[in-house]
Amino acid sequence: MAETALDGVKVLECCQMISGPYCGKLLADLGADVIKVEEPPAGDAARTRGPFPGDAPHPEKSGLFLYLNTNKLGITLNLGTASGRQVFQRLAEQADVLIEDRPPGEMAKIGLDYASLSAINPRLIVTSITPFGQTGPYRDYKSYHLNLYHASGHSSFFYVAPRDRQEGSLVVAGGEVGDYDGGLSAAVATLAALFARLATGQGQHIDISKFEALLSLERVVVARFANTPDPPPWPGMVGGLMPCKDGHVVVTAVQSHQWQALTELMGNPAWAQDEKCRDEPTRAQHRDELQPLLEEWSVQHDKDELYHKGQALGVPIGPVRTVAEIMHWPQARQRGFFAHLDHPQAGRLEYPTAAYRMSETPWRVERAAPLLGEHNEQVYCGRLGYSPEQLAGMAADGTI
Amino acid sequence: MTTGPLEGVRILDFTWAWAGPHATLLLSFLGAEVIKVESRRRLDHTRLRSLMSGPTMTGPNHSVIFHDLNVGKLSLTLNLSQPKAVEIARRVAQISDVVTENMRPGVMERLGLSYDDLKAVKPDIIMLSSSAVGATGPERAYAGYAPTFAAMSGLAHITGHADGPPMPLSGAVDLRVGTTSAFAILAALYYRARTGKGQYIDLSSTEAASALIGHTFMDYSMNSRVQTRMGNHDHMMAPHNSYRCLGEDKWVTIAVACQEEWDALRQVVGDSRLDDERFADASSRWQNQEALDHLIGEWTASRSQEEITQALQKVGVAAMPLLDGQSLVRDAQLRERGVLEPLQYPLIGERLTLSPPWRLSRTPAQIRRPGPLLGEHNQYVLGELLGMSSEEIERLVAEEVVY
Repeated sequence: MAETALDGVKVLECCQMISGPYCGKLLADLGADVIKVEEPPAGDAARTRGPFPGDAPHPEKSGLFLYLNTNKLGITLNLGTASGRQVFQRLAEQADVLIEDRPPGEMAKIGLDYASLSAINPRLIVTSITPFGQTGPYRDYKSYHLNLYHASGHSSFFYVAPRDRQEGSLVVAGGEVGDYDGGLSAAVATLAALFARLATGQGQHIDISKFEALLSLERVVVARFANTPDPPPWPGMVGGLMPCKDGHVVVTAVQSHQWQALTELMGNPAWAQDEKCRDEPTRAQHRDELQPLLEEWSVQHDKDELYHKGQALGVPIGPVRTVAEIMHWPQARQRGFFAHLDHPQAGRLEYPTAAYRMSETPWRVERAAPLLGEHNEQVYCGRLGYSPEQLAGMAADGTI
Repeated sequence: MTTGPLEGVRILDFTWAWAGPHATLLLSFLGAEVIKVESRRRLDHTRLRSLMSGPTMTGPNHSVIFHDLNVGKLSLTLNLSQPKAVEIARRVAQISDVVTENMRPGVMERLGLSYDDLKAVKPDIIMLSSSAVGATGPERAYAGYAPTFAAMSGLAHITGHADGPPMPLSGAVDLRVGTTSAFAILAALYYRARTGKGQYIDLSSTEAASALIGHTFMDYSMNSRVQTRMGNHDHMMAPHNSYRCLGEDKWVTIAVACQEEWDALRQVVGDSRLDDERFADASSRWQNQEALDHLIGEWTASRSQEEITQALQKVGVAAMPLLDGQSLVRDAQLRERGVLEPLQYPLIGERLTLSPPWRLSRTPAQIRRPGPLLGEHNQYVLGELLGMSSEEIERLVAEEVVY
């Protein structure tokens, strides 16, 4: 087996739903030893969210849970009991990283915050992921993806022209992408802390605000508003989203050679040679006039035809694709972006892997997502040295 | 200044536009020394113009977009069409830990700066190539930008109103790609620190966006179902929407995940029509969410964003105002946490700049300097790092190798 990038890094993940588990997954998929700690009896709330095969809810068959928890070990532990907290401390003693997503102050209340844990393991890195961070007036606010996405400005920043927006409310991005963003940002900071620890030998606490993680992805636009209180309205890009016979394409022919290539793709219509098409700012000024001409042309073609012909000429163009089209896309398949994983309950399914092909330490599958408490014996008996009788006792008294 | 976690790591950065520079921006926040290679012959186009730029740029050193994406970096101007410049780039690679680039696949090879070329001079180098759809496969030569990544990744198709067109989002998709690159580079750095081995990382921007909505692919795997746009609604939660409030174009989002939150919301709203059995449990609320949205919308319409947010948050219901650029700048949470900090730029003056998005207690991330002027650090890199004499550097400038 190939070596892994994070071989030997021991991670405890005490998180639910998307952000924290995605952070744990990113590390687990590159070889970290990640133990996912779930509260009995139900475990991670993602187990109750779909998609489910045949839409029949089943705690071991949630597509959300299965995707976000690959390559992890799963144990159950009740942090609401004194014995559970004691066991947790023993796990934290052996860990390099703890990822947790409790509301600010909750881990301190049960004596499992960074201050308490670093006293028993000074090398421990604790990554806390919350909607707004550990400080500030919103620290206790509850926020789901919908709330955070709209609060961080993302829904009001567009490439399309403002006047093309539909009347009514702005929309949240699909796929809870903003919650993944929080996990990805946390994973970057966690790896940086692990790297720093090679030199310092010391752990630290990382405070991740999902709000700020999202905000930082719009740093250019946020800074624009911060420094230009009343910026001129942006007229929009000529091109952008355009209708086709069978869907839509997106065209970003912004630089002059790209516009030339697009003109060629359109068969050099006379209007495209007009002074109004001279450069991007000029085209943007005449967007109302030019956009319908472009769309009149695009709607007569298929999206994949425009994609391949356009790219061959040097037009940055891409089709709007469904997941089905992506899963059958030769480019992604040939690169091995999808992998089959076997799961004892959910069966053999195809999963997206990762965007990076690392020559020495590739993304790899060790195991599918854990069943609830699947690795209790392996972790409690194998690593912490509890006897089978003690394990039975922990199960009986509600510790695990 | 305290030490960042990547203190001592040097990055030779050939990236331009948004995605690549965001990756090295994050690594610069973390303490890496990032040397950006640029040239007057082929300027990073964010130095010249960019979508949504607002104020007109007067020259390559005045672009606010460039500075926002390149704070903390150093600039070395090399005209890579000249063999001497390529040779200098190789010498800098020799004393670097990481090389990043996002040119079209094949360009670095033609320049003589491929992974194999650089590995020959620095055996443990880490190199990341970021491209539209990856450096391998039948479409490797294809180009793209944030909106095409959003379109081709599946993200655009599931974003938008149910009866409206798909939405390719914004430049944030590029920054997501950059964050993914930073993660992969950090993993490679950690591996190298422990084994002494470098490696090559081939990153597909389109795949990076797909990975961030991974579970929607699982629905297709399981059920051959293609999820589509549903506005602000959710697959399970209701109410789950953006509601109009008092004021011009003011909105608040409210999302309810469980019975406890529903009961709390009902108490605050105090409308007996919400006690109807159509809204009794999660599944009936979801079935009847249009009626539910209507009733909640009636309640929000006569109240301010702040009033609604505070009343609902007090009882544990997730409610937040929809904020736009102007309101974000005044936001109390961001102010308290110092998220926008003034930074002095040599030619454009003081500008509020977004701080790094993580708080590390022992080795904090921070902005070390403003974005570089074109070629600002030629003397440092060529003179101090490579040991060239002033005469040598002057000659390279005259020959337009350093250009």
